[in-house]
Amino acid sequence: MGAESSPKIVIVDESPIRAAILEEGLREAGFTDVVRIGEMQSLLSRIYALDPDVIVIDLENPSRDILEQMFQVSRAVRRPIAMFVDQSDAASIQASVDAGVSAYIVDGLKKERLKPILDLCISRFNAFSRLQDELDRTKSALEDRKVIDRAKGILMKLKGLTEDEAYVLLRSTAMREKKKIGEIAQSILTASELLK
Amino acid sequence: MSKPLHIGFIPLIDAAALIVAVEKGFAAAEGLDVTLAREASWSNVRDKLNIGLFDAAHLLAPVAIASSLGLGHIKVPIVAPVNLGLNGNAITVSPALHTAIMAEIDGDRFDPMATALALSRVVAARRSSGAEPLTFGMTFPFSSHNYQLRFWMAAGGVDPDEDVRLVVLPPPYMVDSIASGQVDGFCVGAPWNSIAADRGVGQIMHFGSDILVRSAEKVLALRQAWSGKNPELVAALVRAIFCGAEFIEQPDNRVEVARMLARPEHIGVDADVILRTLEGRLKISADGTIRESSRYLLVGREDAPRPEPVQAAWLYAQMVRWGQAAISSEALATAKAVFRPDLYDAALGRKGELEPVSHAVGAFAGPTFDADDIAGHLAVFNIRRSP
Repeated sequence: MGAESSPKIVIVDESPIRAAILEEGLREAGFTDVVRIGEMQSLLSRIYALDPDVIVIDLENPSRDILEQMFQVSRAVRRPIAMFVDQSDAASIQASVDAGVSAYIVDGLKKERLKPILDLCISRFNAFSRLQDELDRTKSALEDRKVIDRAKGILMKLKGLTEDEAYVLLRSTAMREKKKIGEIAQSILTASELLK
Repeated sequence: MSKPLHIGFIPLIDAAALIVAVEKGFAAAEGLDVTLAREASWSNVRDKLNIGLFDAAHLLAPVAIASSLGLGHIKVPIVAPVNLGLNGNAITVSPALHTAIMAEIDGDRFDPMATALALSRVVAARRSSGAEPLTFGMTFPFSSHNYQLRFWMAAGGVDPDEDVRLVVLPPPYMVDSIASGQVDGFCVGAPWNSIAADRGVGQIMHFGSDILVRSAEKVLALRQAWSGKNPELVAALVRAIFCGAEFIEQPDNRVEVARMLARPEHIGVDADVILRTLEGRLKISADGTIRESSRYLLVGREDAPRPEPVQAAWLYAQMVRWGQAAISSEALATAKAVFRPDLYDAALGRKGELEPVSHAVGAFAGPTFDADDIAGHLAVFNIRRSP
């Protein structure tokens, strides 16, 4: 894709890691003109200064409403923009909202040219969420591990159990109460704090 | 229990009737299994409602109308079977702009005509001295905040598109933006005006009820198609929200409600600020001056939950006045049909309104609103984009 045909894309995202992943994906796909905005102050004037063809924004960003202003015809708005979707594009909105990203095209760019950009954003956003989920799960598993170890220690001391017996007690209680072992362990820690 | 219902909201005090309906069990008592989803922007709420991720939403009344008319976005017909709040906005200005307006004012400082005329003199003086135009923040292009701000300043001779800059700002950014001087004033709902006053970076100049006595603010919005297919769920939602609204209006319940709303998963601001808002008792400046109004925010009083088509017509008229919508009798009929008192009355087993209240908009300037002659009504206003 030649430089003159590569649309200028602005990524508005407060998560620098996700924005970097997205930018890299876009560059790999041949979209070389990409700018990231991570700071929401004076967003509109910065967008006007950059004068992009496409704006990509994460949906957790309250600044998304600021972009809605660009749909309006008024003196403050130089080039009207539109959401990429039209009446027939319900599936695309669904996919992008699910992924947590939205894209806008600025007056002049053909809708067909936005489709591959949006698809790429959706897949990168989804990949980022999966990574984030995995990281969260790993973190909470580690946390659980620590809590369970401390709860076992308390049970061993108070009830004179071996480590294995303490664990079996935690597990059977969790099953009976339909809770996670980590939750039972946490309640033991809380109770022991209270009873100190 | 019904199948789970997902309902989106923005963390603002006028989501109270919805939050209380769920938290106090009024929704469950109606057999509804509701999950509330806090959202970051009106655009998100609108999109998630439109594509069916939400079954219902706390929505700006003008967005419900714009969506039904296909303005600015895809056209998805919306119905509003119950209001979540009337009024509740305020216009706040920076201490510097307040001083400038007070230096020019001829009349009472709570008289919006007096302040609007003073503002026009401030604007003229700035222009002749070559200063940058004043900038005002509002929450969304299709919002009562936008229309109230425009109505107010235009009444004093200030053209909101030519003489000042109006910019969209998400409510949580309002206070920082006025503190940093990015905006000189704003119109926003509760609690953000109070927070600006508490921090000493803003002076509340007008309650929204100074501009319009009665103004539809947020509605419970449903897709028309969904509403048509689920009449029992719609009726149950209306009843649950009605109970929530009644609960909030009992003075004895307000501390409990304020604490509930203050929780981080709901609004996440100080319970005292919420309590003052519910009581219509706002600190308007950093020196602690309190101004009270029984009309500041109406949730369950004065028949507030009942949607009135005349309100939708007024909002549509503003869209026409400011060039957002073309004028047509079909569009007017579509706008009015968004507000559904029939669904409200049916859900509550009422035959029409019970309380003898006036549903008139009650604007501080211009002739009495005539929903049957919008072109004629708007022709009286000199500052307008169309018709």
